[in-house]
Amino acid sequence: MSIYYLQKLIYQLNRDEHVRQRYERDFEELLADYPLDDVERTALREPDIGLLYVMGVNGQLLMHYAALRGYEWDDYLQAMRDGVERHGPVRAGLYAMTGT
Amino acid sequence: MSLVFAGVCSHAPGITGRYERADKAQREGFYARMHAMRRRLEAARPDALIVVAAEHFANFFMDNMPAYCLGMANGYEGPVEDEEWLGIGKASVPGNADLAERLIGVVMEDVDVSYAQEWKFDHGVMVPLNFLTPRYDLPVIPANINCQGPPLTPLKRAWKFGESLRRACDEQSERIALIGTGGLSHWPCTPDSGKINEAWDREFLDRWVRDDYSGMTGYSDAETYRDAGQGGFEIRTFVCVAGATAGSPREILFYEPIPIFAVGCTVGIVHL
Repeated sequence: MSIYYLQKLIYQLNRDEHVRQRYERDFEELLADYPLDDVERTALREPDIGLLYVMGVNGQLLMHYAALRGYEWDDYLQAMRDGVERHGPVRAGLYAMTGT
Repeated sequence: MSLVFAGVCSHAPGITGRYERADKAQREGFYARMHAMRRRLEAARPDALIVVAAEHFANFFMDNMPAYCLGMANGYEGPVEDEEWLGIGKASVPGNADLAERLIGVVMEDVDVSYAQEWKFDHGVMVPLNFLTPRYDLPVIPANINCQGPPLTPLKRAWKFGESLRRACDEQSERIALIGTGGLSHWPCTPDSGKINEAWDREFLDRWVRDDYSGMTGYSDAETYRDAGQGGFEIRTFVCVAGATAGSPREILFYEPIPIFAVGCTVGIVHL
């Protein structure tokens, strides 16, 4: 698990046009630059927005990645709800603060 | 001169990005108070506007997260977000590096503030500017308080930051305006988006209006998270403005929960 780098990739993708271009040109090559495990890479690739939320990606980062991947607002919210139902409570990061 | 205007307002991206989904009367009521705030700001004839925001991983990340930062550039770009998603077009916003450097010099005597010569404005700055300086013709000095990733600066330090900003403003010849932008209780961009603890919000705003230092700075982060969500950490921006204007009467022009905007929409001003 490398929630820090998972979030860092999304942070850089959200704000840096060059990273965005690399994402569009060759997502696999971009993914290889970050020390992510297979589950994390798969969640980004699919994308599995619900699993990314459960892993602990901050919504202030995740909502923009979801939008980039074509999610409308309500679909984004539903994807997180589905993720919690499928994968259980948030495991790390800010939303795991209360342990619920 | 000195501080010539101070206020607080919400900045949620839904305010502009999802405006068509809000109840029209409620939305227009909120917009009308934002426009009223703009008129008061303009009447104060400021030379520059300090926006104390709580940015959301647009510039700062957990590799090097400053508790406090001031922008020190002659210009900024925004929004960093997709224009269509936010409902605000890309724009250049003037800054004032010289004034910012003078302010930072004074603030640093009390608070170890970082500075940044590059800054991409996100919705936390652009949504307020969209209403308050829609022609982007007033130099802006962005200030940030980390409200996103714990560990967070204590509320009493946010007050102190405001006090220092005020002292810094009072030492300049320019007419300076100050706004703090943030949400009260809210759970933005999570499955609980749209949830708002109105009673908590109203109690906090009552403390803000009454200049209740102990009340405003008495929340622990765990309490805030429990009662006001992670978005509640952004009260630091309101506390900062309170610290900058201690002793001055305050007034809430508007407060109403608007769930599709994911926040209790707020407009408040200080009578300096």
